[in-house]
Amino acid sequence: MRQDPPHPPNSLQERPAAAHDHDHDHEHGGSTLSEMDLRVRALESLLVEKGYVDPAALDILIETYEQQIGPRNGARVVAKAWSDPAYKAWLLADATAAIASLGFSGRQGEHMIVLENTPATHNMVVCTLCSCYPWPVLGLPPVWYKSAPYRARAVIDPRGVLRDFGFTLPDAVQLQVWDSTAELRYLVLPMRPAGTDGWSEEALAALVTRDSMIGTGLLPDIVAPATAKEPA
Amino acid sequence: MNGAQDLGGMQGFGPVRPEPGEPPFHAEWERRVLALTLAMGAVGKWNIDTSRAARESLPPAQYLGSSYFEIWFEGLKALLLKTGLADAGEIASGHSSAAPVPLARILEAEQVAPALARGSPSARPATAKARFHLGERVRTRQMHPAGHTRLPRYCRGRQGEIVAVHGAHVFPDASAAGAGDQPQWLYTVRFAASELWGADTTAASVSVDCWEPYLEPAEAVHG
Repeated sequence: MRQDPPHPPNSLQERPAAAHDHDHDHEHGGSTLSEMDLRVRALESLLVEKGYVDPAALDILIETYEQQIGPRNGARVVAKAWSDPAYKAWLLADATAAIASLGFSGRQGEHMIVLENTPATHNMVVCTLCSCYPWPVLGLPPVWYKSAPYRARAVIDPRGVLRDFGFTLPDAVQLQVWDSTAELRYLVLPMRPAGTDGWSEEALAALVTRDSMIGTGLLPDIVAPATAKEPA
Repeated sequence: MNGAQDLGGMQGFGPVRPEPGEPPFHAEWERRVLALTLAMGAVGKWNIDTSRAARESLPPAQYLGSSYFEIWFEGLKALLLKTGLADAGEIASGHSSAAPVPLARILEAEQVAPALARGSPSARPATAKARFHLGERVRTRQMHPAGHTRLPRYCRGRQGEIVAVHGAHVFPDASAAGAGDQPQWLYTVRFAASELWGADTTAASVSVDCWEPYLEPAEAVHG
């Protein structure tokens, strides 16, 4: 019986058998390692043997991007901008410095730009040429962001892309797309949901989705129960 | 290069398929490819532009049929071969058969955090005045270089407006070719979506970051 989980649709074309199709009958040396596992292990062994990489450094790199850096960072930036008008003004004027003041800076976020969504304008960020993405605030990009369907379509049919994510934008809202062709990295500042007056930054940050900071998601307004007020 | 990486505006790939609760990695080898790519990038034998050029140089069918971490893996192998840090037999076998190339530095464990915090800013001191100013109408050049460039095909030969001026930055077309930083002024150019796609678009505008050599005054064409 097949033990491994279904492979994610993760090639650029999102072909169904992306990582390794098991419809062949060779043995895997008694292990469940895929061809890619074996090839990458070989390369890693070689680079360690040659002294080009420090194995401990590899582990720290993985731990950093798997455990430490992710979209919660960006959500903190957004929540602070919603809560603090002076911070928001700084963020829009000098995003790199304003974001660094919260401790998020460095690789793939050296030159940050924040794009503000308004009732009249919605922003969507793409990298048609590769996978440029603001790592310090969003972590590593999801597979769909790096895939051909998104990279091809975001610049010509962003409303269709939004529909793929389950969102429909009113026709009156102008959809502005930003193609990250240089080393500038873009973060979308989504609109603050209605019904969140008086919420703490922590509670606001919990509302902010990764996709809303790329522009492929919208944040629903909060509808308070008729008999209760949201906690302050 | 007009390669498979230049995807903007292509059609027929089907819908975007977000994966709910997607993890950063889908297999152990993806973790290792990320880490190896970052660690080898710190050695200083290549830069981000040469790395992108290596990935873009994959045959188009292979590029489109690979996952992004597979593309990174192929790009890393190509750079190791090109710089002589390893040969094909070593890469296949996983064992060194030649003496290592002496490196000026490697990324030690204790250097990871400071190196990531430092990043690799692309801004450089400007060596000339900016040719264009905020609000100016410009036209992108009609250009199809065989080497690396960051001007997508879909916005070549099109008119737009300078909506931001970012100072001078490393020029990737030169940097990827090993010709040094050659800093150039960098602008964000906003194109009306109709200028790019006619009526066949649901965007209002597309903004693209363009280095000065990609641009000419809009008047140059219309006299």
